[in-house]
Amino acid sequence: MPAPAFAIKTDRDQLTIDKLVAAFGDGVLSHERISDMLVITVKKPVIHAVLKFLRDEVDFNFLTSMGGMHYADRDALGLVFHLHSMRNGHRIRLKTETPMKDPVFPTFTDLWPTTNWMEREAWDFFGIQFSGHPNLKRILNMEDFPAFPLRKDYPLEDPTREDKDDSYFGR
Amino acid sequence: MSNEITPRPALGKPTIVPPPKGYSGSGFMTTKLEDAIGLARKNSIWPLPFATSCCGIEFMATMASNYDLARFGMERLSFSPRQSDLLMVMGTIAKKMAPVLRDVYTQMAEPKWVLSVGACASSGGIFDTYSVLQGIDRVIPVDVYVPGCPPRPEQIIDGILKIQELVANEGFRRRYSKDYEHLLKTYKID
Repeated sequence: MPAPAFAIKTDRDQLTIDKLVAAFGDGVLSHERISDMLVITVKKPVIHAVLKFLRDEVDFNFLTSMGGMHYADRDALGLVFHLHSMRNGHRIRLKTETPMKDPVFPTFTDLWPTTNWMEREAWDFFGIQFSGHPNLKRILNMEDFPAFPLRKDYPLEDPTREDKDDSYFGR
Repeated sequence: MSNEITPRPALGKPTIVPPPKGYSGSGFMTTKLEDAIGLARKNSIWPLPFATSCCGIEFMATMASNYDLARFGMERLSFSPRQSDLLMVMGTIAKKMAPVLRDVYTQMAEPKWVLSVGACASSGGIFDTYSVLQGIDRVIPVDVYVPGCPPRPEQIIDGILKIQELVANEGFRRRYSKDYEHLLKTYKID
């Protein structure tokens, strides 16, 4: 197994979990370590408060990235946050989910302005909405694109292509 | 150290393109205006490179000294669509870029030709996906396709020679014909 890019900080992991559970109780659904990183799953209603808490109380001062997810097996959309504590050299991943019927999260631009474009990307590719976002429109696809292409039910191949003979592809 | 300038090696005699078919005598020559104009156009094409990916790199090699596009009367590349005759589309065209490509094409003055270089420009290539235009012939009419991923400079030159053939032999009235009008209409270009 290759050496992890960042040192695994078991003590910081445990401290983060303890603080979160103390503050949010049932809001924290699960925590596990995948590869070299702690992954915490929280309930949707507390996600904004959890991020604010992590930023202000647990010293995660840097948001590395935020992205959308589509869980086709349980018909849900999700968000994944990567947080980095510069002072402690500590990184965690934070996940949350929402059912497909209600794809709305609060905006996180008040916590991290950098999420502005990340939220637009999540909207563009997964159709996740962010209430309170200052400018929620498509960012990479063309503006009149009719679908959310990274959802699992979107066809992989371009439907307008006519020259592909299925027999060449073994199907 | 001497300051003598070494003489340049003697160059071969420069060749000029042969005249079109016609009737000539002492001090005069008659030919069709169409042929004379075709000859002039063929050997003074101003290409507009629309290079978006690796085919564009191959084109740069084609343009540089080893392959030297200037041999075919293309010393000067035009980076303004309004002054160019040949649109060379080299590379993947995203669907978001399709209207831009079409704008560039409509800005070019008649007569104009289009060379589609590489698999992506010709058919979408390996990018059979939601974001990539499956061939530029979905938005603009194409005269010559060059296959390859990416094509070698020799292939691009071959495509250009094919374009030159089209340019030389194009009927003088073609751009005013009903057929041409119909062609543009099928692409919804006025």
